[in-house]
Amino acid sequence: MNQSAPKAVAVDTVELRIPAKAEFVSIARLAISAVASRLQFSIEEIEDVKLAVSEALVNAIPRGGERADVICESLPDGLRIRVRNFGGPVQPETLDVSRVDESAAGSLGVFLIRALMDEVSYESHENGTDLVMFKRLPG
Amino acid sequence: MDIKVTVREGKGDCSVVDLSGEIDVYTSPKLKDAIGNLIDRGVYNLVINLEKVRYIDSTGLGVLIGGLKRVREHGGSVNLVCTNPQIKKIFDITGLVMIFGIFDSEDAAMKALV
Repeated sequence: MNQSAPKAVAVDTVELRIPAKAEFVSIARLAISAVASRLQFSIEEIEDVKLAVSEALVNAIPRGGERADVICESLPDGLRIRVRNFGGPVQPETLDVSRVDESAAGSLGVFLIRALMDEVSYESHENGTDLVMFKRLPG
Repeated sequence: MDIKVTVREGKGDCSVVDLSGEIDVYTSPKLKDAIGNLIDRGVYNLVINLEKVRYIDSTGLGVLIGGLKRVREHGGSVNLVCTNPQIKKIFDITGLVMIFGIFDSEDAAMKALV
């Protein structure tokens, strides 16, 4: 009996490499907006993804390293985005809104990422950490 | 991408800060300076108009929170004008709607201050 191998899932990948500097975060936002627009996300969902990527970069940049990578994979059921920093580990943080102040912006950022994306995880690599996010397509 | 910050006098002792553009990790220092300068001059009641703001991230929120904290030390307050649903959503999910007065119009934001 001839059994066909499972079909490989087509993944379109877009990789963006930016200097780890604040002025380049808006460029990543523009790029991720274009990638998300190609999928069937609503305008509100695209805004969610833009903010989540931006927050991930805001978190990554102060950790040092010369660059940050944003790797977007268009999957049949959604968009997976990996924000890779090369400056050391990113620790998951929690937010206590009652104690929030300006210094808590980083915690707010992580809180926003968790609120806006469907899945969030951290993966260590040799030179730093990947923050991996997934936004599911509607329906 | 940039942010435009304009400061003008409002009713009573309050000042209005008009913002347009994107408030992010790169542009938020400009907002921080504008708010800091007002507070240093003794202006403790602020209306910050976000009507023309297309985007705000956690660093922008942090600047607003820092400003609010400083004016409260002097008995002042910060009210925001915001009707953009995406921006309002960010204040909602972070719980900052409980900390800031958020209004649909500048008049309403100012009336709540004076």
